[in-house]
Amino acid sequence: MLQHFDPKQFINKKIDPDKDYGTPISKNSGTSEQLITLHIDGVEIAVPPGTSVLRAAALADINIPKLCASDNLEAFGSCRLCAVQIEGRRGYPASCTTPVDAGMQVTTQNEKIGKLRRNIMELYISDHPLDCLTCPANGDCELQDMAGAVGLREVRYGFDGHNHLESEKDTSNPYFSFDPSKCIVCSRCVRACEEVQGTFALTIDGRGFDSKIAAGQDDAFIDSDCVSCGACVQACPTSTLMEKNVIEMGQPEHSIVTTCAYCGVGCSFKADMKGDKVVRMVPYKGGAANQGHSCVKGRFAFGYATHKDRIKEPMIRDSIDEPWRAVSWDDAMSFAAKRLKEVQAEYGRESIGGITSSRCTNEETYLVQKLIRAGFGNNNTDTCARVCHSPTGYGLKTTLGESAGTQTFDSVKYADTILVIGANPTDAHPVFGSMMRRRLREGAKLIVADPRKIDLLNTPHLKDAIHLPLRPGTNVALVNSLAYTIMSEGLEDKAFITSRCDDKAFIKWQAFITEERNSPEAMESVTGVAATDVRKAARMYAEAGNGAIFYGLGVTEHSQGSTMVMGIANLALATGNIGREGVGVNPLRGQNNVQGSCDMGSFPHELPGYQHVADDEARGRFEAAWGVKLDDEPGLRIPNMFDAALAGSFKALYVQGEDIAQSDPNTHHVEAALKSLDCLIVQDIFLNETAKFAHVLLPGSTFLEKNGTFTNAERRINRVRKVMPPLAGKEDWEVTVALSNALGYEMSYSHPSEIMDEIASLTPTFSGVSYARLEELGSIQWPCNEQHPDGMPVMHVEDFPIGKGNLAITEYVATEERATRRFPLLLTTGRILSQYNVGAQTRRTENQTWHDEDVLELHPHDAQERGVREGDWLGISSRAGHTVLRAVISERMQPGVVYTTFHHPGSGANVITTDSSDWATNCPEYKVTAVQVEKVTQPSVWQKNFADFNEKQQGHLRSGRRNNETAKQ
Amino acid sequence: MSMKIFLPRDTTTLALGGEKVVKAIRTEADVRGLEIELVRNGSRGLFWLEPMLEVQTQNGRIAYGPVEASDVAAIFDEIFNPGLDSELSEGNTGDAHPLALGNPEEIPYLKNQQRLTFARAGITDPVSIADYLAHDGFKGLENSLALNSQAIVDEVKASGLRGRGGAAFPTGIKWQTVHDCSADQKYIVCNADEGDSGTFADRLVMEADPLMLVEGMIIAGVAVDATQGYIYLRSEYPVAYQIMNEAIANAYAAGYLGEHILGSDKTFHLEVRLGAAAYICGEETSLLESLEGKRGMVRFKPPLPAIEGLFGKPTVVNNVLSLAAIPFIMEKGSQAYADYGMGRSRGTLPFQLTGNLKQGGLVELAFGPTLRELVDNFGGGTETGLPMRAIQVGGPLGAYLPASQWDTPLDYEAFAAAGAVLGHGGVVVFDESVDMTEQARFSMEFCVAESCGKCTPCRIGSTRGVEVIDKIRSGNNVAANLALLDDLCDTMIDGSLCAMGSMTPIPVKSAFKYFSEDIALAHASSLAQTETQ
Repeated sequence: MLQHFDPKQFINKKIDPDKDYGTPISKNSGTSEQLITLHIDGVEIAVPPGTSVLRAAALADINIPKLCASDNLEAFGSCRLCAVQIEGRRGYPASCTTPVDAGMQVTTQNEKIGKLRRNIMELYISDHPLDCLTCPANGDCELQDMAGAVGLREVRYGFDGHNHLESEKDTSNPYFSFDPSKCIVCSRCVRACEEVQGTFALTIDGRGFDSKIAAGQDDAFIDSDCVSCGACVQACPTSTLMEKNVIEMGQPEHSIVTTCAYCGVGCSFKADMKGDKVVRMVPYKGGAANQGHSCVKGRFAFGYATHKDRIKEPMIRDSIDEPWRAVSWDDAMSFAAKRLKEVQAEYGRESIGGITSSRCTNEETYLVQKLIRAGFGNNNTDTCARVCHSPTGYGLKTTLGESAGTQTFDSVKYADTILVIGANPTDAHPVFGSMMRRRLREGAKLIVADPRKIDLLNTPHLKDAIHLPLRPGTNVALVNSLAYTIMSEGLEDKAFITSRCDDKAFIKWQAFITEERNSPEAMESVTGVAATDVRKAARMYAEAGNGAIFYGLGVTEHSQGSTMVMGIANLALATGNIGREGVGVNPLRGQNNVQGSCDMGSFPHELPGYQHVADDEARGRFEAAWGVKLDDEPGLRIPNMFDAALAGSFKALYVQGEDIAQSDPNTHHVEAALKSLDCLIVQDIFLNETAKFAHVLLPGSTFLEKNGTFTNAERRINRVRKVMPPLAGKEDWEVTVALSNALGYEMSYSHPSEIMDEIASLTPTFSGVSYARLEELGSIQWPCNEQHPDGMPVMHVEDFPIGKGNLAITEYVATEERATRRFPLLLTTGRILSQYNVGAQTRRTENQTWHDEDVLELHPHDAQERGVREGDWLGISSRAGHTVLRAVISERMQPGVVYTTFHHPGSGANVITTDSSDWATNCPEYKVTAVQVEKVTQPSVWQKNFADFNEKQQGHLRSGRRNNETAKQ
Repeated sequence: MSMKIFLPRDTTTLALGGEKVVKAIRTEADVRGLEIELVRNGSRGLFWLEPMLEVQTQNGRIAYGPVEASDVAAIFDEIFNPGLDSELSEGNTGDAHPLALGNPEEIPYLKNQQRLTFARAGITDPVSIADYLAHDGFKGLENSLALNSQAIVDEVKASGLRGRGGAAFPTGIKWQTVHDCSADQKYIVCNADEGDSGTFADRLVMEADPLMLVEGMIIAGVAVDATQGYIYLRSEYPVAYQIMNEAIANAYAAGYLGEHILGSDKTFHLEVRLGAAAYICGEETSLLESLEGKRGMVRFKPPLPAIEGLFGKPTVVNNVLSLAAIPFIMEKGSQAYADYGMGRSRGTLPFQLTGNLKQGGLVELAFGPTLRELVDNFGGGTETGLPMRAIQVGGPLGAYLPASQWDTPLDYEAFAAAGAVLGHGGVVVFDESVDMTEQARFSMEFCVAESCGKCTPCRIGSTRGVEVIDKIRSGNNVAANLALLDDLCDTMIDGSLCAMGSMTPIPVKSAFKYFSEDIALAHASSLAQTETQ
């Protein structure tokens, strides 16, 4: 949002994200057309009411000295450096805490003000080490800058007074150090922890001169509640809180703005560089998704990019029992192409396929599916969304007509009730979790439907909250009883239903949903949630004003995942919570570009932009552009590929940047399928679990090594910019191009922007997207075309792509995975903050400090029944397999439900998960597996085999690398 | 009929052994088989006479003090003269005992005061509704309930009452601001975090006449449409906490608090909250932070607490004495209050005489007499017998006044003109043995101990201030350090966030300005100390 001010030459100047305006944009900005006019140092300025004098001045490039003020924090008024004089007012008010007034005459510089500022600075420096030249903040220190700005020339107090110079450093956090001897107690870190991150881990201990920053109850940072988001480090004006990287490497010399490659929030970061080395990643204030905030992963866990395990050269082998042989790119490509052709010659056109990556860029994903459809000549393409959000695509397309979330993240600022279903935002989407927490602190109500008591329910200063701790697998029963309550208590939005929903569908749905069997009372025995709570929650959502739903994999990864997505859309449609700020249906997408990989035509039945392969008109356009005839039949989904592989009809697979061997369910089954392939081509940055079964290993490039775009969970297309050269010489899209060319299907691009231009020319929802437009706008939320030239932040404002909203019948059908005498517990899986997905990246960083093994969480009751104590080895068995994890006893769990993560391959979490899956999309039912748990003394057989196999494959890799070293010599 | 005997239950009396006296009275009555009614009243504020025992007679009360437990038997001998049950025999006026004081109302110290706020102090049982009603209690509330809210605010404005916490902001204007805000909830917060050295008037209100404060707060609530009140009481006042809570419970039971006050449609709830032992929480914004359960740190203004106060809602924050003045104003009318005082300082101020004086205690006077008159007419000379040299008025942030300034009238404006403050009415007297550079150091050190640490001038400045004063006192580069101290004081005055930092220089500067001869003396004494070591 622009803040307008005079003189006129500034009127259209954008806010500069690299400048700190001292205080946040006024809350009245945008809501009030009336501007307040005042004079600062004789310059006439007009700003929205509520703007601070400090900010008003900064907008006119009158830069008042400041230390405690920062425009991502509420004004605090403690440093007193921004004192000014205002005509008609007494004394020297702090400009940060003084709102503008009409006709105000402000003086920011004169002799008296100068002296006051100098004297305040003199006090600061009387308790500060004089080691500027050897200080890590040298060159990036606001205290130093301000001392210079106020012209401090001497410290008359001397340096022998009471001071904090001997304070002990805390280096317990792996990424940053805390040196209290440099601290000026501006409280910016404390305020950032509260206001930006919402963790409240920091405080001021003691008072007066003894005031000092303390983590927790004066603990070491690592032992406190600190989640290492980095907000405090970013806020610190001195070197008190400082990245260890900067301490070791010195100040960066240039910066490049790019997009984080972890979760679906899609945070913008400034990669602060020294040559081609990343010194640090600093969240970029101009990033529309994260607005200057970050989490421990994006902010700090980038060291994997230069980890010694990186694959730096192409490698091939004839069989997985052989050591790898490092070869040239050309040799690797001819080897791969020859194999693929041989397989197709022997087993037919449909015997090969590929998997696109939700971690790679839109352009790369687009090319992989293009290679498969045009080069392989079939539609055997799929992506990891299959195992996460495919039901979102199906469910939302059916009900709302578009396969994506309806809102911006920012929209949560206007939500009055927030309903979170099967998502854990503070761990899995931490930056958005912080935005949510901010809104909850402001008073929004919270409903959490989750088997576990997730951290969001522990939000400091949370007001009204309801937890609906349902049994895993009963989502649809719960959402139906919520809808029943809304309809039977007359809480629906009749006007919205009449004007925006399809009549026939609604009448059918109404008849279904108001059947007594869907009532909270009838469903209580199924869900395990008290009917009174369900009714209370339904009212809280329906009567909120703005009710917003956010959901995650706890919704989709079920046998009724697609049904549940539709049930959620039904709720929003029935209550009119769609089509404006503060409402909507918002899937929290797990991976950085899972939205993009779906948009780019990764699914076997859909061309880019969700255009069906059977649609002759759409397919015709692609055929014309790509110069080949395309198959009009959908190809194989990932589970179909495995089945076909085991049946002997599917023999070769090209996998770009995905680790199906670790992430897909029923590991035994997946491994058997991979072993049966004649040719497995894996393109990845590491020897991942899948690569251990591969014949061709193509080095991938990290997000730091390439140009492209990612699309986040709010449909926001963000630029990814290359900050260092690819380690193995090729960006991922170049590898696909080379493979395609080797196969004989010509591809020729000199830059990913050309790929985007091709996408835009073929995809109606992307027709307005180009790199030039992205540079101009910063980011674009699709659809972006003639009707919406700047993209579309909130969808379905006027109507739906299918015209009217379509309420769908959502009959609850119990999953076949249910607790039995043999498997009396239900296992559900999830994420934790410090590790990301299969852990390939985060396990190769210091994030291991927080979570170096997956554990099994269980309720004290279940533990006691089995004589389990904290830390015991537990054998977990399901009908699919058996693995062993350590026990953690936790009241977050409900009795009968156990929980684990799958960040470590050796844990074998997916050895236990079954091949049960969503009826519509085959999305695996990761969230419900019937298990038994018992105390054991050793790892499982699978784990032992895994360890042996891993050791063998690592040996193959080492010898491949060694051979290469020898060859080079 | 049993004999009514009074012995105060306030903190001062207890500190002076009041409980032992009570025990002795009970024992003595038992031994003699006498039926007595022992009333635990509040102190009249004549602290040098506490514990002061009073006896109800046909001819009014007679007093004895300061009484020790060992005096009780002799006093009983006198008041229970053989042949008499409950009344003194004729001819025995009860003043034969050496501690006899006669009718306490006739003691000049009390008689010469103008007690409007403290009219009931020491007379009634502080927690008795009946006693309170019998002494004109709740009349102000009754009158207020008959008026509309604006009329109450107007009455308070017309009285000229100014904030008695020290800032002297017109109470009626503050009320008007809150009155004019529309909000779903407003609050009345009573600042009872009485932390100024040498002050005790708030405590005396709460211990001697707590129902007056309750009444004042209810009226405030009615006037600005606030339904919830909090008394933020310093935790160092456990006795006041006890008495205040008893009074509030009784007021609830009698229908003065809660819903439908006196059958009206008005609601007012009241609770006492204990402070967290920080001087800074007497600063209104820190107080609000603390009351909200947070760390006691100063908030910047604006927004004014009247507009965004407790939990972000419009809030009247008034000192105990301000609120305690309200029942009188609403009972007798604004003019009756405004008739007292001088200039823009209307009504009375309860002065608290402490320090090196024979007769410490509470002196409620209309504004107007000089400081010298106050101290001379009531103080009874220094405890040590040495001549007086300096008087600090207005708490630890008030100026030290030399004799040349003692003729300043007790008036907000006159004191301000003299570079001093009346503040909360604390008066601390020093005799000629005082080293005023040490007092200057003490004032700065007080800021070191009590600074919340939020703003830089106060947080670091106070510590540096003590160090600079130490250098001056030890003769180290005196001229340069005096100049530096002056600069530092200006920095604290101009740069501090609240009065804690910006007023600390007042006593410091006054000590160096009016008692500069002590600098050389301090140096000499530090040299002497070094030599003896």
